[in-house]
Amino acid sequence: MSLPKQEITKDLFVHAPLESGKSEELPGTPVTFWSEAWRRLKKNRGAFLGLITIILFSVMALIGPFLTENSYMDQDLALSNLPPKAAGLEWLGFDGSDVNGIDQYAARGINESFWFGTDEFGRDLWTRVWKATQISLFIAIIAALLDLIIGVVYGGISAFYGGRVDNVMQRIIEVLIGIPNLIVIILFILILEPGITSIILAMVITGWVGMARVVRGQILQLKGQEYILAARTLGTSNSKLIWRHLVPNVMGSIIITLMFTIPTAIFFEAFLSFIGLGLQPPLASLGVLIEDGYKSMRFFSYKLIFPAIVISVIMISFNLLGDGLRDALDPKMRK
Amino acid sequence: MKGYFAKRLGYMLITLFVIVSITFFLMQLLPGTPFTDPEKLSEQQLELMNEKYGLNQPVAIQYVNYVRSLVTGDLGISYQYEGRSVNEILSERIGPSALIGFQALVFGALAGLALGIISALHHNSFLDYGSVTIAVLGMSIPSFVFAALMQYFIGVKLGWLPAALWQGYEYTIMPSLALSVTVIATVARFIRTEMLEVLGQDYILTARAKGISEKAVVFRHIVRNAIIPVVTMLGPLAVAIMTGTLVIEKIFSVPGLGEQFTKSVLVNDYSVIMGVTLMYSALFIGVVFIVDILYGVIDPRISIKGEHKL
Repeated sequence: MSLPKQEITKDLFVHAPLESGKSEELPGTPVTFWSEAWRRLKKNRGAFLGLITIILFSVMALIGPFLTENSYMDQDLALSNLPPKAAGLEWLGFDGSDVNGIDQYAARGINESFWFGTDEFGRDLWTRVWKATQISLFIAIIAALLDLIIGVVYGGISAFYGGRVDNVMQRIIEVLIGIPNLIVIILFILILEPGITSIILAMVITGWVGMARVVRGQILQLKGQEYILAARTLGTSNSKLIWRHLVPNVMGSIIITLMFTIPTAIFFEAFLSFIGLGLQPPLASLGVLIEDGYKSMRFFSYKLIFPAIVISVIMISFNLLGDGLRDALDPKMRK
Repeated sequence: MKGYFAKRLGYMLITLFVIVSITFFLMQLLPGTPFTDPEKLSEQQLELMNEKYGLNQPVAIQYVNYVRSLVTGDLGISYQYEGRSVNEILSERIGPSALIGFQALVFGALAGLALGIISALHHNSFLDYGSVTIAVLGMSIPSFVFAALMQYFIGVKLGWLPAALWQGYEYTIMPSLALSVTVIATVARFIRTEMLEVLGQDYILTARAKGISEKAVVFRHIVRNAIIPVVTMLGPLAVAIMTGTLVIEKIFSVPGLGEQFTKSVLVNDYSVIMGVTLMYSALFIGVVFIVDILYGVIDPRISIKGEHKL
């Protein structure tokens, strides 16, 4: 079956033609981890939409209260319980008529339009909703950042030093993780008197544990890798090792965890306000508004619906963005 | 196995003890007293009341007494209900909570399972996107917002189901549904990912190549293998349900533990707060423990020794 043996001579080989264009072409600038992640994130439509919505809502939370001339705390009983009314949006139900179909604005002779209506003290709900969004986002972001700092330091120390330090620190975490955090949060709020600071503190007291675990796990994994050994062999100092080699590589997981901490914090804040342990009037958070709206939803359903929509959209956006970031930054963590 | 069991049991007890101590000392720091209108009471009356409830003793002694009676299963006397023991109140309250919690878990798990299976089998189709959307909505929208809207639209506007109170089976439906939303979403998402992973395995190809009917492939090979890791979700789901009962019972006026807790928090009824806290914590720790043990039993690939999964 074999072919007759053939002499292989040099003249059978020819140089491939040199493509003048290709030869000098450089592979382009090297793709960094972050630009690669950004490219992947942009491809994920849900996550990108989430990001845009979050930016939009954050901007509205900052400028929304200034778009009308009303302040979020001015009371005027003459303007109480006005249904939402917005020029041009009458077909969507923004026509200023109450449950009985009576145009309250005409009936009371009010010329101003309140886009989201007013509450029982005549406070403008549009202003209050955005002010509340601002406060809720503020609480969530600060709480998440504090979680981040404590968690990174604790998890980092625990994993980096290992041995007995790690052992003791992990035993503490094991006990802490067994405690249902909502109950601890409620107890702390009871002691600390309701307010923005105490809500943040109460959430941080139990919240950092999750971040600490993630950071510890990641660092333990990285610690065993060759490049760390190489850096150590070259005499790199501990602090340089942490800041130059470990932290940048753990960044992905930290950001992902952070993205899921923020909606959790928003939820807890709203939850606390809803059971009556939240902010005190005239301050408003989304939870406070939902609770107020819930109490009077039978006749003034708009008071419940607007804050409910805002909190839901924010939570959905953060979850979508978190999912997208997880896929973009760490395809292995995909779940 | 035995050593692991003992170690876990030890941790459980330590955790419970820490919870008891934290709750007890936090209660001491609470502003206010458990008595309504303490200004109206004369000095002697206050003294008498303090004596009756053992509040005149030093904190350390109160603590020792509390722990001692706890060991014998006595949770103390309630302050808000004259002469009633916490044990009595809790045993009365646990029924409704357990009922709606159980219904929510079963319904949520089944619905989530169905949604997840449909989603994975029709990967990247319209059905898939639909279920993923439902799952994202269910995970994101806070349960109490959902419950409030449900009460308004289904209970008040449409009048299909009673909006609140507790007077028969139909009253349990809406609270259970509201509680199950998180469960549905979590289970659906989880099953979907697991199934997609299983679908790519070689043994599925083998099963198909053997000529087994599609139904058998799906149920005997894919779903069965995908379901195992869901057991790990039971812990977080139990927590979600417990958290949910706190507000959902308030919204639908269900006479359960959560409603009792929110009520007691507002009137400083220390012993009831501590009792409910302890009960929730014990339940939570117990569920996590059982899940860990179960997981080792169901999935032989997980050895209990390699427990430190990082």
